[in-house]
Amino acid sequence: MEINFTHKQSAHCENGVVSNLMRFNGFEVSEPMVFGIGSGLLFSYLPFLKVNHAPVVTYRAMPGTIFNRFAKRTGVIIKREKFSTAQKAKARLDANLEKNNPVGLQVGVYNLVYFPEEYRFHFNAHNMVVYGKKDGRYLISDPVMEEVTSLSEKELEKVRFAKGAFAPKGHMYYPIEFPEKLELKKAIVKGIKHTCKDMTAPVPLVGVKAIRKIAKLIRKWPAKKGVKTANHYLGQIVRMQEEIGTGGGGFRYIYGAFLQEASKILENDQLSTLSKEITQIGDLWRDFAVDASRIYKNRSATEDGYNKVADQLATIADKEEAFFKKLKKAV
Amino acid sequence: MKKNEVPQDKSNLESANIKEMYYAVDENGEYTTELSTGWDPKTIALDNAIKDIEERTEIAKQKVLNNTTSPIEYYMELHKMDVGILASYVGMWAWRVKRHFKPSVFKKLNKKTLQKYADIFDITVEQLKDIHK
Repeated sequence: MEINFTHKQSAHCENGVVSNLMRFNGFEVSEPMVFGIGSGLLFSYLPFLKVNHAPVVTYRAMPGTIFNRFAKRTGVIIKREKFSTAQKAKARLDANLEKNNPVGLQVGVYNLVYFPEEYRFHFNAHNMVVYGKKDGRYLISDPVMEEVTSLSEKELEKVRFAKGAFAPKGHMYYPIEFPEKLELKKAIVKGIKHTCKDMTAPVPLVGVKAIRKIAKLIRKWPAKKGVKTANHYLGQIVRMQEEIGTGGGGFRYIYGAFLQEASKILENDQLSTLSKEITQIGDLWRDFAVDASRIYKNRSATEDGYNKVADQLATIADKEEAFFKKLKKAV
Repeated sequence: MKKNEVPQDKSNLESANIKEMYYAVDENGEYTTELSTGWDPKTIALDNAIKDIEERTEIAKQKVLNNTTSPIEYYMELHKMDVGILASYVGMWAWRVKRHFKPSVFKKLNKKTLQKYADIFDITVEQLKDIHK
């Protein structure tokens, strides 16, 4: 069976699944709107979690939270299911497809066969929609792909039961209840306030304080860890920032698009000005990535190089702090 | 970023026919989206990460040949895993997996445990025992 489902590419997988599932159910919500209302933007340093042998920084909220917050703030109810066995997971998926209900799945990327080999790491928070089954193959709408694709039963089972951090355990989700009309205004304000609170939080590992912390660490890494490890860590920061799905500049551009759309809905010109400001901050993140790449490209950087990119991050932290304080007052 | 500044550098995304989506501003200051074939600073970071894994795999291989570790460590690196991820796949504590890196312990592993590892690495038990097969 094949459900009549419109696939639309998005920058980020979770926003994209939500936006596409909402459209299927008759509600047109853009990707940036999902991201903004769901308070997707963040900066956080997770020193206790290592991925690919390097500490993790993240530019976005934890997997799943964007949809949860979006749903709560707009009055949508989501059903989420996880499974102890692959058989149960498959049976529930098939039952939903029979009922003409496309579902979101959380999957691991390592065994995702249509991704290029180089991009297949043990990352377990990718999202896709399954919208049918034809000749024994599941029909897949992966939001980061231009076109729809398909996976065999075995291939889908492997990615649904990937192991490691954030193991999906067959995680399947779909909206089950909707409001009569989507009230965006209040939801937007809530989403913005939450992001401002997170980004200016008085704790060391979240928001602008975490950016400053990373800046300090970058200065220390070459002496403390050696140039090779310092470069490896720096490379991982850039990869997290510019990974497929960020829309560029560590999600700052998607957020700019959200503020622009929000300024029209709320008839608030200040948000339009702030959209321009976050876009410029996004450009600074891009400059940081360019200069960081010069360091790890040569593998023989001077201490000056590390200090320079650390300075860039310190500047970004100052600008983001001022930005989120203004944004908080604007709504 | 302006729409016409969205990078169109060469990358290995092309091999899988993927283009990634950027949010950028058009000439009227309106946000829109644009597809990109890749961006060099990111490609370099990714290439370095891959090289790092290749180095780790090569070191593990030499250790297997010198009989200072078991093939499990080699296959773990080959599959871009770390001990935590591998432990999660085999459903054992990390310390037990690490213990299986010891050649003397590895030699005594029963068929069932070997098969578990082999299945995860998608190889035969013979290949698990001898990395040249």
